[in-house]
Amino acid sequence: MEMNMLWSSEIFFVGDKFLYASHSSFVTMALRRNLVGCTSFCFPPVFLCWIAAMDYSIDIGSSSFSTKCKLSSRTVSSKSLHKTAQIRLLSRHPEVYEPCDDSFALVDALLADRANLLQHKPRLCMEVGCGSGYVITSLALMLGEENSGVHYFATDINPHAVDVTRATLEAHGVHAEIITTDIASGLHKRLAGMVDVVVVNPPYVPTPEEEVGCEGITASWAGGENGRKVIDRILPVVDELLSGKGWLYMVTLTANNPSQICRLMREKGYASRIIVQRSTEEESLHVIKFWHEDIAEMEGARAVASGPESWLSQFPLKSFWRGGTGSIG
Amino acid sequence: MRLLTHNMLSCNIKGVSNGFPLRLEAEKWVEKEVELNADFLRGIFPKIEWKALAGAARAIGYDQLPDEADASMLDSDDFLRRFHHALLELHVEEGALVCPETGRRFPINKGIPNMLLHEDEV
Repeated sequence: MEMNMLWSSEIFFVGDKFLYASHSSFVTMALRRNLVGCTSFCFPPVFLCWIAAMDYSIDIGSSSFSTKCKLSSRTVSSKSLHKTAQIRLLSRHPEVYEPCDDSFALVDALLADRANLLQHKPRLCMEVGCGSGYVITSLALMLGEENSGVHYFATDINPHAVDVTRATLEAHGVHAEIITTDIASGLHKRLAGMVDVVVVNPPYVPTPEEEVGCEGITASWAGGENGRKVIDRILPVVDELLSGKGWLYMVTLTANNPSQICRLMREKGYASRIIVQRSTEEESLHVIKFWHEDIAEMEGARAVASGPESWLSQFPLKSFWRGGTGSIG
Repeated sequence: MRLLTHNMLSCNIKGVSNGFPLRLEAEKWVEKEVELNADFLRGIFPKIEWKALAGAARAIGYDQLPDEADASMLDSDDFLRRFHHALLELHVEEGALVCPETGRRFPINKGIPNMLLHEDEV
């Protein structure tokens, strides 16, 4: 069974529609679509997880978790296979961050926004901090490559990560230009105003300042005070890189004070919207999309006109933006 | 590393004002066929520093680009094919990018340029 889904204890979204369901069963996510023999991913049923329109095969029932994994591994369709990177094809290195909830949330956000992205017709896309290559590979699989006129850049400060990204891209038969660098150093002058889509899963974990920018895998998560040290360096660079119609998708943690990030970006002329909100026992993640306020974001315009779904699409925003900050698409 | 990327990279050392184009010293390069997309080429053309592209292409033995180019040439299929080949089909696998001002070498290994700076260069 393949369906687009949203998990909560009360609401399912199927494609663009939603339906209510009251149940207490497991919803296991098809082994992150195609993960075979590895740890699967399951949302704790007590938490509301808001995930917009994903291409998952899902399996709903009440039997054991491991059984669910076996069952759902057979339900993955070829359609979902080619839209995101496959876990079994990922390259690995002990000093490189492996895809985790945050990476999956980012890819889910891109999938949720895929129709808009295709309509957006980006020419250049870029991932800052590509790590394992899971996200940039997924984006390339989602949007197509040269034949669609889309080209990809990926950067990472960790020399092991760029090697792993290269191998992951190759294993999926897609290409991105990879550069070992700090954020976009060396690229930002010439690429200024040219990038139509930037995706970032930054090092957002609050840590002691001295851990920020350390060598190896630490650089992938150490974010200093409030986890903002690197985020606050990335945002001005992204602002420089983005074209007039450019979009940024960024993962944040509640501890990063995302509403303040949105206020900051608003001062630079960006509107923002949460694409994915996901809570686990450990952390609460948001994937936020930013775009130039004076240029209508396509889906935002559409949502206003589309009845009850638009109200629901704003529901998580209202709970999140308690202070009424940020602009909501 | 495609020549598209070479065209977008400049020296990032603090205080360097003339860090573009980086001189390409290629030891190994390969050709990989890529489907031509004329819309992409026409869209990216105004952003390309032509002399840097033609120079980098020559550095890896491709001398089929004119020394100068203007937008009117984009109507020619032959020009588009050459532009496409130079920009996207030539991949530098091993070599270095050299800053024109300081001579600092940024290595290219397995097709990936390393633009990381030393502490005293930031």
